[in-house]
Amino acid sequence: MPKMKFPGPAPDYIARAENRGKLIVVEGTDGVGRSTHVAMARKWLEVQGHAVAETGWTRSKLVGQAIDDAKAGHTLASLTFTLIYACDFCDRLEKEVIPALSAGYFVLADRYIYTAIARAVVRGLDEPWVRDLFSFAPIPDLVIYLRVDPNQLARRVLLTGGMDYWEAGKDHHPELDIYDSFLAYQTSSLTVFDRFKKEFGFVEIDAARPAELVQEQIRQAIGALIGVSA
Amino acid sequence: MAKASSNHGLPGTLIVVEGIDGSGKTTQQQLLRKWLEDRAMPIFYTEWNSSSLVKKATKEGKKKATLTPLLFSLLHATDFADRHLYQIVPPLKAGMTVVADRYVYTAFARDAARGVHPVWARRMYSFAVKPDLAFYFRVPVDVALERLRSARAKLKYYEAGMDLALSPSLDESFRLFQTRVVAEYDKMVEEFGLVVIDAQRPIHAQQKEVRAQVARKLGLPVRGTGTVRARG
Repeated sequence: MPKMKFPGPAPDYIARAENRGKLIVVEGTDGVGRSTHVAMARKWLEVQGHAVAETGWTRSKLVGQAIDDAKAGHTLASLTFTLIYACDFCDRLEKEVIPALSAGYFVLADRYIYTAIARAVVRGLDEPWVRDLFSFAPIPDLVIYLRVDPNQLARRVLLTGGMDYWEAGKDHHPELDIYDSFLAYQTSSLTVFDRFKKEFGFVEIDAARPAELVQEQIRQAIGALIGVSA
Repeated sequence: MAKASSNHGLPGTLIVVEGIDGSGKTTQQQLLRKWLEDRAMPIFYTEWNSSSLVKKATKEGKKKATLTPLLFSLLHATDFADRHLYQIVPPLKAGMTVVADRYVYTAFARDAARGVHPVWARRMYSFAVKPDLAFYFRVPVDVALERLRSARAKLKYYEAGMDLALSPSLDESFRLFQTRVVAEYDKMVEEFGLVVIDAQRPIHAQQKEVRAQVARKLGLPVRGTGTVRARG
């Protein structure tokens, strides 16, 4: 059975776990439709006869609430923010992701460490430091990168609930209005994600196209991984 | 980011006490503060695992015994980062003497004893300023165990390293786990220039040594370091 690969030193009890399923990550900035596509991909995989588990960013039982509280209070510095994300990720990795992979599940991760690294880097933290911090995270079998240009993303976000303080990176650009801040922040995030795409071999999908077409491409990417046609 | 390997260059002074549970470091740091306060030195005190940020999560994880070594490590780093930002750097900038009961060395020792990679842990804490003085109260595990037993009824689950399932007996687990922790501390003496205090000596003798070191660091007259004057 395949051992998982790690970018850095993971404690033994994590490193010895086996991946009998597949770890599939869906990355992309806010508003690109990640959760919709994760739900659709899940259904499709289940129809194919695969058991699926999902995990989502900041949804850890233990620290999810602490993150929400801290966001509401606006007191978190970038460094602390990054560390608390690492707590959340670690908790979900150990309690949800690894047990599911060991049991042969397909794990669909709505965002992964790349989100945390990009957020931290955009906010000025030392990139090698952040990457080392998350180096206990197993390398996914597939990373699907849903991409939409910031201008188009802005329109989409405005139509679906509006811009939120953190998504707009207002903590990073207090001098700008919410729209300009959103644009500046998402543009810097995309620059980092585009770089990661090359380095980590993300499968990029143009998420500005109609949802059915995007989903078709997602299924093709997953199909290529598991040897079925979408 | 500041690096733990370089001097902080801030006007204040950072004094750290380290050692296993039952080493007596807390008593020593309290006596040190009494003396510094008596000399009207501006003091700021901070202790391990005390920020409100992840307190609930850590407490709950400890209560339910669901903290894995890595999560234990990350939660403590989060707590430390928050205190470093609000309770350590600002008082140092304000020229105060910061007394920290436990510092990054506690994390390095415990994390490594739990199988977390030592290089990874050191890298994670590389934002922490370097202490001006770091005391390590070295004590044999059995002596520490005896002290804790006489001070309170029961050893704590994580303090005894019960999460590692080294032994079903709390006492035996404490012994095995803290022996590992001591070995990690001993390795750090040279690596980080920790000042070793023999914590089996009488409390007063240890305190005299601590005050002499602190006096030298702060440029205070060494005279009178042996007396503890009561206040109020």
